[in-house]
This record gives sequence, C-alpha cells and structure tokens, in this order.
Amino acid sequence: MTAYRLSAGGLVDRATSLNFTFDGQSMKGLAGDTLASALLANDQMLVGRSFKYHRPRGIVTAGASEPNALMTIGSGARTDPNTKATVAELYAGLEARSQNSWPSLKYDVGALNGLLSPFLSAGFYYKTFMWPAAFWEKVYEPIIRKAAGLGRAVLERDPEAYEKCWAHCDLLVVGSGPAGLMAALTAGRAGLRVILVDEGFRHGGSLLSETTPIDGEPAAAFVDKALSELATLPNVTLMARTTVFGWYDDNVFGALERVQKHLAVPSSKLPAERVWRIAAKRALLATGAEERPLVFGGNDRPGVMMAGALSTYANRYGVAAGKLVALFTNGSAGYRTAADLAAHGIDIAAIIDSRADSTEVAPFGTRVIRGGSIVDTKGRSRLSGITVERSGFEERIDCDAMGMSGGFSPVIHLACQRGAKPVWSETLKAFVAPDVGAGLRLAGSAAGLYALAACLKDGADKARTIASDLGLLTSAAHLPAVGEETTASFTALWYVPGARSKAFVDFQNDVHAKDLGLALREGFGHVEHAKRYTTNGMATDQGKLSNVNAVGILAGMQGVSPAELGTTTFRPFYTPVPFGALAGTSRDEHAAPKRVSPLHGWAARNKAVFIESGLWYRSSWFPRAGEKTWRESVDREVLNVRENVGLCDVSTLGKIEVFGPDAAEFLNRLYCNPFLKLPVGKARYGLMLREDGMVYDDGTTSRLSDEHFLVTTTTALAGGVMSHMEYCAQVLWPELKVRFCSVSDQWAQMAIAGPKSRLVVQALVEDDVSNAAFPFLAAKAVTLKGGLKGRLFRISFSGELAYELAVPAGYGEAVADKVMDVGRMHGICAYGLEALNVLRIEKGHVTHAELDGRVTPDDAGFGRMLSSQKADFIGKRLSTRFGLTAADRMQMVGLKPVEKDKDIRAGAHLLREGAKPSTLNDQGYVSSACYSPVLGQFIALGFLKSGRERYGEKVVVWDRLRGEETLAEICNPVFVDPANTKLNS
Amino acid sequence: MRYSAFSIVRNALSGNVNWKPAWRQPDPKPFYDVIIVGGGGHGLATAYYLAKEFGVRNIAVLEKGYLGSGNVGRNTTIVRSNYMLPGNEPFYEFSMKLWEGLEQDLNYNAMLSQRGIINLYHNDGQRDAYIRRGNAMWMEGVPAELLDRAALKKLLPYLNFDHARFPIMGGLLQKRGGTARHDAVAWGFGRAADRHGVDLIQNCEVTGIRRENGLVTGVETSRGFIGCAKLGLAAAGNTSRVGQMADLKLPIESHVLQAFVTEGLKPAIDHVITYGAGHFYISQSDKGGLVFGAEIDGYNSYAQRGNLATVEHVMEEGVTMIPGLSRVRVLRSWGGVMDMSMDGSPIISRTPIDNLYLNAGWCYGGFKATPASGWCFAHLIAKNETHPAARFLRLDRFERGFPIDEHGAGPQPNLH
Amino acid sequence: MASLIPCPHCGVRPKEEFAIRGDASLVRPDPESSDETWNDYVHIRANPRGRYREHWQHVAGCRRWLVVERDTFTHEVFSVTDGSVRAWEIGR
Repeated sequence: MTAYRLSAGGLVDRATSLNFTFDGQSMKGLAGDTLASALLANDQMLVGRSFKYHRPRGIVTAGASEPNALMTIGSGARTDPNTKATVAELYAGLEARSQNSWPSLKYDVGALNGLLSPFLSAGFYYKTFMWPAAFWEKVYEPIIRKAAGLGRAVLERDPEAYEKCWAHCDLLVVGSGPAGLMAALTAGRAGLRVILVDEGFRHGGSLLSETTPIDGEPAAAFVDKALSELATLPNVTLMARTTVFGWYDDNVFGALERVQKHLAVPSSKLPAERVWRIAAKRALLATGAEERPLVFGGNDRPGVMMAGALSTYANRYGVAAGKLVALFTNGSAGYRTAADLAAHGIDIAAIIDSRADSTEVAPFGTRVIRGGSIVDTKGRSRLSGITVERSGFEERIDCDAMGMSGGFSPVIHLACQRGAKPVWSETLKAFVAPDVGAGLRLAGSAAGLYALAACLKDGADKARTIASDLGLLTSAAHLPAVGEETTASFTALWYVPGARSKAFVDFQNDVHAKDLGLALREGFGHVEHAKRYTTNGMATDQGKLSNVNAVGILAGMQGVSPAELGTTTFRPFYTPVPFGALAGTSRDEHAAPKRVSPLHGWAARNKAVFIESGLWYRSSWFPRAGEKTWRESVDREVLNVRENVGLCDVSTLGKIEVFGPDAAEFLNRLYCNPFLKLPVGKARYGLMLREDGMVYDDGTTSRLSDEHFLVTTTTALAGGVMSHMEYCAQVLWPELKVRFCSVSDQWAQMAIAGPKSRLVVQALVEDDVSNAAFPFLAAKAVTLKGGLKGRLFRISFSGELAYELAVPAGYGEAVADKVMDVGRMHGICAYGLEALNVLRIEKGHVTHAELDGRVTPDDAGFGRMLSSQKADFIGKRLSTRFGLTAADRMQMVGLKPVEKDKDIRAGAHLLREGAKPSTLNDQGYVSSACYSPVLGQFIALGFLKSGRERYGEKVVVWDRLRGEETLAEICNPVFVDPANTKLNS
Repeated sequence: MRYSAFSIVRNALSGNVNWKPAWRQPDPKPFYDVIIVGGGGHGLATAYYLAKEFGVRNIAVLEKGYLGSGNVGRNTTIVRSNYMLPGNEPFYEFSMKLWEGLEQDLNYNAMLSQRGIINLYHNDGQRDAYIRRGNAMWMEGVPAELLDRAALKKLLPYLNFDHARFPIMGGLLQKRGGTARHDAVAWGFGRAADRHGVDLIQNCEVTGIRRENGLVTGVETSRGFIGCAKLGLAAAGNTSRVGQMADLKLPIESHVLQAFVTEGLKPAIDHVITYGAGHFYISQSDKGGLVFGAEIDGYNSYAQRGNLATVEHVMEEGVTMIPGLSRVRVLRSWGGVMDMSMDGSPIISRTPIDNLYLNAGWCYGGFKATPASGWCFAHLIAKNETHPAARFLRLDRFERGFPIDEHGAGPQPNLH
Repeated sequence: MASLIPCPHCGVRPKEEFAIRGDASLVRPDPESSDETWNDYVHIRANPRGRYREHWQHVAGCRRWLVVERDTFTHEVFSVTDGSVRAWEIGR
C-alpha cells in the first residue's frame, strides 16, 4: 500500500494492482482508480503548472471540472494532451506526463513570470509590446506563443478508429446519480425506451461516494441492485464512459462514448471513441451540482481541494489526500467532508466556517473556527499550513491538505446551450435553468435539490411526469428509505476579504480577484467583457469552477445582484471532444465517396492514369511504352484523333431522361435557346442560365420521341441540374406534365471521334450511320451487332467527325473492348481527359474553366443563342440588365503566342502592350491553355475586354505569379476547322 | 491614458489601481451629427475614422448589447487580402495596409500576426483559378506566391500528403495574411474613438428610424429618441431588421456560421491554412487554441448557434486535411449570424434615403475588412461620396447587373 | 429544425438528407412584370427574424421540394408541406 492509500474502504479492487508512470517515475495504483486518485495515493499532489504564471498546482476536483490536473497521456501517435487526470481511468502501463513546465515540474523556469505578475495583469497584452513596432511579430509574439498553450499535440496520423451512430429513445437520462438512477428505474419499469448515460466509467454518480445508507445498505449496493434490474429491462440501454456534450435542435443530443480509452492495448476491431447522435423524445438532466471553490489568498496551493473531492477520494477510492486536513466552508458541506474524513481516521486540523452563527455539528473533538476565514496559505509542492483570521486575530494552522466548499451550483450547461439564459435564484444562491420546454427537464441536484432523499424522489417524479407526457400511466414509484441526512445549506461568499496573496478565481488561466477589479475599472464590467478581457472561464474547464465566482465578485464590486449581471453563454461542448470522434470514419481516402465510370475497368486495362474529378476518378491519359512525359502521350492521342480515330470515356456526364406531354415546353423554358421545334431523332446544344442571366450549365439534349428527351449535363453539375429541373417542375411550373429520371449511372457512354470513326461505328451497329442517314446532330436508339440496344449521337466535342455511343452500364466494358478491337485496323487509340481538353480548346469549345458562373452567353460567344422569340425562360429578364450587356465586358477570345516557341498558361492575366500592371489596367485573363500538337504551338482561350473587336491586336499575357510574360495575338477562339467541314463530313 | 512603456511600469508599481476606463459611459445626447447603429468592429472603426480622418465631431455609436458583442468577437480572426475580382481586391488590400499600421495608430495592441495564409489546391482547375487570383493580387501590387507540393511538404509537413481523398497539390500563399486578436480590434477602435470624443452608448437598442420628408431625423431607441443629421447602419447580422425600420429593400439573408476552438496547445500550426477540397480553415491563436471553421449551416437563422451535422462535417474536413488533428480535443463551438449578400460581397453604399448610409452584407469576411470598412464608410458618410477602394460595393449593383461574385455561385446566399 | 425534418412523404429524416435553397414566399413573376419586380424576386429578401417559409429538397429521399415553415430564431418547425402543393395554392 502506498502512503496515502487508506487501509480499507472504497470501490477499488485492492487485489488488482496497476503499474503506471508519472513524469517517468513508476507508481502503483488499483483497479477502479482514476489517474488522479492513484497519484494522490502516491503522495503526488503537485501535478502541473498554471498557464500564465507557471505556478505549481495540485489536484482540485474529482471530476470533469478539473482545472489543474491536466496530463499528457500515452506516447507516439497515441499521445493525448490535456487529459484530465480526475476522469482518466487508470490502466496498467499508463504513461502520464505533466505539462507546461521546463526543465521539470518541480523546478520550472517559467515560474519567473510570477515575479513579473504586476506587469502581466489582465489585458496587459493590449497595452504593450507595441514598441518598437516591428518587435511584436519578431520578438514578443514568438515568446508569448511559446509560453502559452498547455500540452503538446504530436500531429501524427492517428492509428485509432472512430465511428458515429444514431440512437433513438423516449427518454434520455443524463447522469446516473440518485435522481438519474431513480428516473431510469421508474421510466424503464413503465416501458419507456430509456437510455441512461453517465460520463464516469461506473454508473452511480455521487452515490459511489455517498455514505448515507439507502434501504439500510451502503449506497453502492443500492446502485448495484438498480443496475442489475435495469440490465434485465430490454427497453433500457445503459451507457457508461459516455458524456452528453451538446443539445441540438429537435432534441438531438451529441454524446461521446469512450469505448477503449481505458485500455493500454485497444482492440483494432473496435473504435477508440464513438459519437452518438441521440434523438430523444424527452430528456432528463440529472447532472448534479458543482461545488464552488472559495476565493481566498493562496487558494491555488497544491493541496487546496474541493471539500467534496476529499470525500470522494476517501469514500470511493480509499485515498487520503492529506494526513492532516483543514476545511474552509460557508455551509454544511464542509462538515460533511470532515465527518467523512474522520470516519476514515484522517485527522482534521480545523473547520473554518465563514459564518459566525452556524450551528452545524462537527465530528467529535474537531476544532471549529466560526466566523473565520483563510487569508493565506504556505507550502511549496504541497500545502504546509494556512493563515486563519478571525475578529482581527491571525493564527497559523498546520495542515497538508485542505478542503474548500463555497456552496453549490446546479449543472445546467446542456439546458442553456440553445439560447435560454440561466436564471438567478436568490433562495438557492445559484443560477438555475429556466423552463426550456417539455423536451428537456432537470432533476435532483441539477434542479437545486441537495438532499439524497429529495433527489431520489425527484428523479422518480420527473420520470412519471415524462411517462404521462408520452401517454403512459405509471404507478407511484417505490422510493427507497434513506438514512438520516443533515439539511444542506450555505451562504453566498464570492470573495474572502483580507487576502495576503493572490486569490485565484480561474486556476487554469491564472485569473485572480484583482484582475476582475482591473477589468471593471477599465470599463470591462459586463460579464462578457470581463471574461474576454481577463480570460476568466476560457480555459479547458470552460469556467465550470470559476464562472459563478467571477459573476459574484463582479456583481459585488458593482453593488448589484448576480441576477443583474447574468452569466456568460453556455455553449457546446460540455467537455472537450476530439476531432477524430466527430469525424468518425470519414477521413483520408474515405473522406468522400469514390465514383468510377462503368468503363473504369476498360480504362485500367488500357493503362489509364486516373485523376480525381469531383467524386469521380476519370482516365486522364493512356501512356504507351517509351513515352516519358504526359505531354508525349497526350500529343499522340490528340494527333491520332485528328488523323485516325480515338475512344474516350464520357460516361461521367450527367444524363437525365425527360418524359411527358409538356417535356418540350419544359425544356424550352429551362434553356435559353429554343427546344419546342427540335425534331425527333435530333440533338441540340443547349445553354442553361441562372435566373440572374449568367450561364449555369451546358450540354446536348436529344429528342428520342415526341414526349421523351435526354438531357446531358456537365460532370460537375449532374446533381445540381437535376435538382434545378425538379425545382422548376415542382415549384415554378407544377402545371406542366413532365417527369425526370437521372440515368447518369445507367449508361456507359463513349466518344468515338476522328475521321475514321464512321468506319468503326458502322462495324459495330446494325443501323446505317452514313452522313446521309445519320448526319451531324442525329440522335437515336440503335442496335449493336449481336442485338444489344444502345443509343447513338452524332455529336462532337473535339470538332472531328464523331459519335457518342451509349450502352447499358453493365455492357460498357465489353463494348469498349469491342470498339478497340474493331478500331485497331483503323489505328484507334484510347484518349483521356487531357487530350479531350486539348481537342476542345483547339476547337474553341467551353468547359467550366470558361463558364465559371460569372459569364453571360454573349461573353462566351453564344449571344445569338438567346432566343428573343421565347416569351420566357429561366434567366431571360435579368440578362438584359445594363451590366450584363455593357460594351466593355470581357468576351471569349483565342490567344496565340507571337513567338511560336513561347507558352501560355491558364490563370495569367492580360495587359495592353506597354501598360503598367494595375487592377485598372487589367484587361482579362487566360481561362484555358494547352500545347496544340496540330498547330505546333501553345494556344489559349481567354476572356478579354471587348475581345471580339480586337482580333489581330497583341496583348501581354502577364503571369507575375510565375514570373512569365508573353506577347500574344488575339484571335478567333476556334483554332481548328472553323468551317466545321470535319464535323459535317 | 496613453499606453506606453512608462505608463505600464508606473501602473504595475502602483498595483494597477490607477488605470482609467478604456471608454466613457456617456448618456445619449439629444442630437448627433452622425449616429452609427452597431457597436461592433465596423461601427466603432467608422466612428473612429469619422472623427480622426474626416473631422466630424458629435458622433454616437449605438450598441444594443455590449461593445463588440456581435461578429467581431465571434469569428476566426483571419486577416488577408487575397481576392480575385477587381470589385474586392483593392478594398481588401486597402484594409490590409490599414491593419499594418493599426496598432500604432490606435495605441492598442490588436496582436496582428502576419504569419501567412495558404489556400490549398487539389486539382488543375483549382490551381488555375488560384493562379488567376494570385495574378489579380499582383495586379493590385499585392505579393502572392504559388507553392508546389514539395514546398508545401517542407512548410506544412503535417498535412495529409499520403492518404488524402483529394490530393494536396500545392497552395497560394499570401505572406502578409494572418490573424489578429478579434476582441482587441473592437476595444482598440472603441477606445480610440472615445478619445476622439465619440459617444459609445451601450445597451441602447434602436427600435425605429424616424423620417420626415424622406429624410432621417433620428432614431427611436430603448433609451429614448435621439436625433441625427446622418445615420449609418453597421449592424451586420441584423441588417434586415434595422433596414426594415427605414423600409429598405435589401439583398441580404441572415445565416449562422459556426466556429470552434480547441484546448490550448503548444505552437503546432504556424500559418493560416484553408482547405481547397472543402471549406475548412484553421490557425492557432497566441494563447494556443486552434481556431477553425468551415461553411455556414445553410439555413436562414438569427440564432447564434448551429447544428451537429455541420459540426461533424467541419471536423471531417479538418481531419482529412490534417490527420494529426484527430486526437486534439475541441473545446467550444459558437455561432455568429452572418449578413449573407446575394453575390457574397459586401455593401458600403448610399441608400434611397439621402442621409441614410448602409454598411452590410459582410458574409463571413467582415473581420479582415474592419479598418477599411470603417474608413470607407466614414468617407462616404462625411463626404457623401464613395471612397475609391469601395466604389464597386454599391447597393444598386444587383439591379444594375454588376455583381461581385467571387465564387460564381449566383444569387443564392448559402452557396457563397 | 435543423437536426430532423419531418418530410411529408418519407417521415422524420436527418438534415443531412436535405438541400436548402431559400425563401419559399417568393413567386416567380410574370415575364412582362417590371424590372423592379424581377429584381425583387431574384435579389431582395424579407429575411424575417421569426416565422419563415423556406425551400428544402429531400435530395437523398423522395427528391421532392418541400416548404418548411419554421422560426428563424428558435428553429421551431411549424409545418412541412410539398412544394407543388404550395405552388398550386398561390395560384401558379
């Protein structure tokens, strides 16, 4: 047994000893310990250094509000900084390190900051470090950054897995102390689907350190019985190690389950942590109450702890935090702790009670100093004594630990996360939750009840109310008999006068009472200003201990009630949640779904290099033996298409079937160009605008029968166009009889392009595909040799004689293989996105590089497509706005370097020759550029002010970002076959 | 009281009990030459520059809550001038230049930290768009650098180079970009405005705008009627509500944007980084918390809080960009109400009412604009003419067809 | 509101299944209407703090456009109806 482990008692397994290390030093704890209780058992009171002054700090609490005992746990990629030792479950082999000290926890150079503290008062940053001006970023800021922060994040790839789940229930009970447990029992017995969560690794909450017997037995036995019963109820789910961190709209709660954080070697089959989204018809917060620290001189000395924590360490963990303990209290809780400790044989140095007229009874033989206060403390790495003042007389009392109790605040965090403001209760001297509706109620101490019997009853009562809300009748609950209790009471005491040294309000952020005074003096008295100016409540504990005292002190200094000041805003998360848990499985390659074309296998067999394109993986180019650069492959593919024939996978284009008697009318309103008279068997290029007159998307639309069209969209906007069409049909024009079906995934589509494409296509299909029978823009269903039904379109993105052949997706690869077979004798090659891009730039065709959402049809050279005949179409009215028709708008042009061997790259801007670069002189930009193997030079498409009037003029292609300037000639954007003879051949 | 090395030492040695309030707590006067509605960053900056640069006396700022209680105190503190369009870039660069001299000007340390902002790109199209943007910056004289993958690996080794769903190819760097301490910006402007005689009136909610003969004569407030010769609205987040009091028709929706901070950590991320395959952005505060956010929740909202689905999405993007964030714990999330305009760009403009001026539509880019927004708005109010840097930010640009649409997303606010 | 949406066709579904477009009170004007009317339709928003009708599409469900009537401050949902029903109601 270690020095501070009591010889008996507690819910620890004395037979199972666990080895762990703290700052490299080997220690032993017991199963059932937290890291904090094990450290205390090993006489390790000093556990960390504070944020600003690097003051030595000890364990203060036994729970989630811990401000000081923050450790870095684990090693390598499994390092968790800033872990609260008070909630970290001990396991064999746990490695813990203290934080924010150098060279060691005991001798920390940073403590020199304490000497400078007069210069480091609240808000000091804002007043200083300004001279000389350049010094802030070069000198001061790096020093401040290095000194700030707590633990160190390793930023390595996390070896562990995480997941997210939904859960649904009638009643979510948060907290399994007396109120929560009784609520779960009552609701569970009534047949409600109940989820009972508790942040601890063991259900029971405060009952686990309760000494009052229940039904004549120790409270822990009552917990065990209740849990056994709940475990038998199929409608009840028990979740331990689970923290409800947030309350969101529609009564959805976010909860973090620490599945394997308590294991030295986690299983690879389970997640480390799991985020639950719990949709609850009703929720009951049985989250208990937080004991308040007292703000007195030297209250941050290691060994000064919450009184309740002393009780918990003794009762639940069998650990004495000290051998001679003093208590400082403003209410009954301090006496209770004294009784608890005395029962374990721990010596009580004294009870200092701030109330002169209190009547509480101390354990036999204990000295009580009523009307006294502590004004200072002594000790280095552990408290050695306190200075007590009463009626002007001072006395030094030796002790090696002390408990403070400043009263209680109900834990109402979750209830106030959605905008409801906490309400000050003068009776309870605490902020309580307002009525936030039937979805969420509070019970037990969270509702301001502090007696055990009252909490048990309240839990049962609230559960019955909720059951009847949900239409279930319940019989009166059997309430367990509770042994004799003292009446809990306390007075408000926000600040203990006469402090000889700093009296801390926020331990972690080193905010002391004088900082709040300074904030007030400088005009930052509003509770939010004070918080932001002093950083009170902004540490990793989010002010769980400090906020209410800060409010009390600020209110006191201004002579108003805390009610008038109010609180800062409660926001998620109740306790911090790791990124990884909230991300779940969505990370790395699984961050987004992966889409592959039905021809993916074909492309892979042809050795395609794939590239991400939105969610898609598309074939980019098809390298052949001997080709050293991507350009070599692309040049070959382009030339081969221009000279022979090529096959390109275009399956990723969006494909939407449009049916109905009003299909033509619908499309006529959807596109800016006319569609009413499109003949059956024909395709037409269509331009879709947004209502503001800018181009939204383009593609070809084919009429397959009178009432059946096929719309194609760009790959990027396949989903967007579908939604847009549905909006138009359902909301704008519900009177039109039209229906849609997205078939993007149902068809494999291949472009077969090049002068010899007809030979290839004719060899594949039964139908006549001659120019006479199947001219440019023909579109129809065809039968492939062998009987497969497909669709054939005479459309061309490359500008060559070309066909697009669509077959059911499952046949895609087989047909593509066949195309390659048939085409071999004609010199066919597979070509990818890169070659497709070169081909279309050569032909002056646009993509989203040109149609970037800021471009009108006229800008892109489609001005004549805008149908003035049509009464209405999406985008018609606003496209006539002055700014959209202004003469100096940028228009699409072609660009060729004047010196043939110079290159042009996309993203460059355009300047008049000799013009000084400036935003005012900016003439436009290059939207797409490529090397054209046909022309043997770089060519580009760009947008230039009044560009179409300026063919033949020279401009500077200005790429300052990459240090390039090239003189280029402005030309027609169609570089290849402007007369469309190839297309129509 | 001027802050100087001397005043710091003198006050430290006297127990810091002699510091004076940062600003007065005046009662409203019956009449002001100019009233600014909104005591956030933009309103306070406007008042400051009106007094200091344009010689206007007798100014009040009316704030319904406490100074800086709006978005100036709930953003991710990023400062940059890396815009693409000529309607924006000169304005934000003007702002950047003001940031660079702000602390000396205000005698208040707003902790401007020009640590560099890097926008990652993940495909060729995005690279080209960033090059276009980088060159647009250079056109305005704003240095920008294109980083390739190798350069990024050296600079930001913790990025997801090996397992990214959308590979990180490179980035656009603006070295002068960075962060500032958000609250301090509001306080610095507030204190400096007060020193120039501006009345900062807190807990004073405007409930009506009184007009006679087509002109504003003053405002009804929770502290009574206050008259004015000119009225400027700088109430982003609540622009529509205030605008309605003067029957303004506005191209604005209010949306909620969430932001987050982690527990304090030793320095780990030394730049501002934005994710190109999503909307995630992150930096580390001088206090050690990683400050980050992503896109808006997507629905109209005046509630300063968001929803879990968005929270999860933000974390997914974060972990995808920087795998090592996985074990870092997120401390707090909060929400701000954004004035989302129809083209994603702000409005500093006259209105159909001659002596009513509008500063609005900041979407989620308002913080970095604070100094220039104040300056240009002050210029407009004082001289009744537009400052050259803000000449495109007119309210009538929508009906006239001159949107400033950096994203090319069109008139749907939740797409910007 | 924005955690769960009661789709009239599919039942209560999580927000992630929906896409949001914006103000559902706007009525697309007649093509002959004035410039001002058209500008108001495309660009001007009432943007109320309180009761509001908004277009949501159940993209990962029935793909219907819905009108969600809700409060922009409390996020309380009052009703969710099919968008075409609403369109017929307003006489389109």
